[in-house]
Amino acid sequence: MGANQWSLMDKCCDLCRHSSETPCRSYITCAVEGPLCHDNIECREKRRFRISEIKNGRNGLKISIGMGSCGLAVGARGVYDATLRELERRGLEASVIPVGCIGLCYMEPLLEIHKDGLPTAIYGRVEPRSVGEILDTYLEGDVSGASALRNRVGTAKGELEVPLLDEIDFLRYQVRWVTRNCGIANPESIEDYIVYDGYRGLVRALESKPEDVIEIVRKAGLRGRGGAGFPTWLKWSICRRAEGLPKYVVCNADEGDPGAFMNRMLAEADPHRVLEGLIIAAYAIGASYGYIFVRAEKPLMADRLERAAEDARRYGILGHNILDSEFSFDVEVIRSAGAFVCGEETAMLAAIEGGRAMPRQRPPYPATHGLFGKPTVINNVETLAHVATIMSDGWEKFASYGTGGSKGTKVFCITGSAARTGAVEVPIGITVRELIFKVAGGVREGRRFKAVQIGGPSGGCLPENMLDLPMDYESLTSAGAIMGSGGLIVIDDRNCIVDIARFFTSFTMAESCGKCIPCRVGSKILYDTLTRIIEGGGSEDDLRILEEVGTFMKNASLCALGQTAPNPILSTLRYFRDEYEAHIKMKECPAKVCSKLVSYAIEGGLCVGCGLCAKQCPVQAITKSGERLYHIDASRCIRCGQCIIVCPRNAISRR
Amino acid sequence: MDSKGVQLINEETKNIDRMVEETVRRYGRSRKALIPILQSIQAKLGYLPRYSLESVSSHLGIPLSNVYGVVTFYHQFILEPPGTYIIQMCMGTACYIRRNSENYRFLLSLLEIEPNSRTSKDGIFTVLRVRCLGCCSIAPVIKVGDEVYSRVNLDEMRRIVSFYRAKARTGSSKHA
Repeated sequence: MGANQWSLMDKCCDLCRHSSETPCRSYITCAVEGPLCHDNIECREKRRFRISEIKNGRNGLKISIGMGSCGLAVGARGVYDATLRELERRGLEASVIPVGCIGLCYMEPLLEIHKDGLPTAIYGRVEPRSVGEILDTYLEGDVSGASALRNRVGTAKGELEVPLLDEIDFLRYQVRWVTRNCGIANPESIEDYIVYDGYRGLVRALESKPEDVIEIVRKAGLRGRGGAGFPTWLKWSICRRAEGLPKYVVCNADEGDPGAFMNRMLAEADPHRVLEGLIIAAYAIGASYGYIFVRAEKPLMADRLERAAEDARRYGILGHNILDSEFSFDVEVIRSAGAFVCGEETAMLAAIEGGRAMPRQRPPYPATHGLFGKPTVINNVETLAHVATIMSDGWEKFASYGTGGSKGTKVFCITGSAARTGAVEVPIGITVRELIFKVAGGVREGRRFKAVQIGGPSGGCLPENMLDLPMDYESLTSAGAIMGSGGLIVIDDRNCIVDIARFFTSFTMAESCGKCIPCRVGSKILYDTLTRIIEGGGSEDDLRILEEVGTFMKNASLCALGQTAPNPILSTLRYFRDEYEAHIKMKECPAKVCSKLVSYAIEGGLCVGCGLCAKQCPVQAITKSGERLYHIDASRCIRCGQCIIVCPRNAISRR
Repeated sequence: MDSKGVQLINEETKNIDRMVEETVRRYGRSRKALIPILQSIQAKLGYLPRYSLESVSSHLGIPLSNVYGVVTFYHQFILEPPGTYIIQMCMGTACYIRRNSENYRFLLSLLEIEPNSRTSKDGIFTVLRVRCLGCCSIAPVIKVGDEVYSRVNLDEMRRIVSFYRAKARTGSSKHA
């Protein structure tokens, strides 16, 4: 896009008076449907033409490349550059835009082509060198090489053999509500957002009384998507009634749960939706200033949100007297210096205030005593994106999804040993089994399902026979897991449950802020006990210690981090007790993972002395010990399994 | 220490003072600005030398113990000068399940990093374990500088290390 090109955000002619200093109420609607204040065919056509250009591309040719963090990590930048090069080589003019992640992470990098008259085609796992060929065959009207189509028009070769995007198992069960723009709109363009119906929710909110906005969110039944599931309207309502000025809103973008990246995905792919939700929240509670608190490890998310705020400010959608509503609000992006505990509300506030992120006793809750002692609402990225969408599309539509107590949709991230990994948006209440086996295609080839870990380090592990549980707040909690932010990590039979429980405990032990004793000392006791079991020194008494200390931490810790830290242990003790017992009684790791209980050995009778294993060994633990025999030095061996893979005679075994 | 050494150190502290002053002016002289100021200094110097903490402490009027408390609380801050390239090993759950801890152990042995150190002897690499880079669906991942490498295994690690080693020696750029 050229810098001087006219955009929908600009004036159509001198009759338009909108600017950030002299805002116009109808600005957003006018940009897309206008002009509204005067009638002029030229102005109208100019807008229509530009909208079509954004949707269908310059000259009816548009190429979108998935450039979220995942896409970039697998080479999307190279695909983008190659696309520009190949277009230039062919003398073709087209729009080439970066888009966010559509959630099909296992197929990245993704390239989508649209040409007027042809079906819009999506190509997965694209490499820079194949871009030229993709362009040529597509433009010749052959889509047979595509991974999926957005639509069918009946004009292209091979059209019927390629599935429609909505027919792919990964998308078939989805409801694209908050993720609707992901992979479609250019996240770096406020103009794109407005063309795709953006900021309509804000317009509607500003036309209503703040109390009515809260009422709409109440009717929708929206609960916080960050983990605890507290009703959003109630938080807002308490804060609105609380005394003290100024009030603050904080967007929690400190996505810290390992295995959850829906907030990163949403904020990277559609940052304006998050910002819109934040402005609406601020309006509803009467806040004049807000912060977006972003995790340092996710810099692209921070950049995109910062850019969104700058653009919104430039066009009078953020700042003084927003769209002539007399409501003023501004926002600042804060880059967290990184600490898992910042996900806890009061810890996050302490971090924004410039101190160590240590939680404090609640009540009083932040809604009455928050940032700098003032009433503060903290909502996470996904919740705010829902707010914007509810305000634009109406609460009825949102409430038509989900279950009795848990309305709407939720974005889940499926990772680990799942066949298809990525992020999916589904109605709340879908069963765990449907998510893993239908949407994600089950477990990767050659592995067997063992457990699924739900809700990050605060969540629990569920076994196969619990999979028919619906994914809603209450069901998961009663099963010993939690919804958390919605990460599902599929664990296969090559993983040891005790080892994974220790992994989570090492995480919470390291991330415990140290303020309260149950969490600080408790997590250390749990970790040491698990280590003893894993190293073969465990006794039956250790299981009692785990249960007792775990339960104590649950009851006595100051904040949710400590209260939920024992969940991975308590839930696995409940469902996988036999695996703990095998480590203790038999001194055996059934999954052959715990290195002190497993050793690698070369069978003398099978080894032919080829030496491939010794060459492959990354730590030189394998040496020649005889004419036709190699030997593994157990003290150097890191149990990586490389030797097993290369051995032509299957002479190496785990014991 | 000879007088030349002392002079050099004075020169360095003066530079740090100047930079801290400038940064404080930009972010404001408030408690709230402490973390952004430290982040900005680290972005410039690559780490936080002790003197920079002293300087921030006196510029903001916050006790040094307090500044130190903040610095050591958060993962982002580094108190030792890092190597030319920082390798971040993701230790999130998805990466753990996909065996990134084996990659990590392998990397330490490949770079001959001593148990109590994080930087290789040649000063080229600093290896940090980080909590979830949010690229779980393409796990296991590592990050070298700003570049993310996905679905890494031992061979891939070898390739990446030799690439950056060569790059550090020749000073050339371009991605692996």
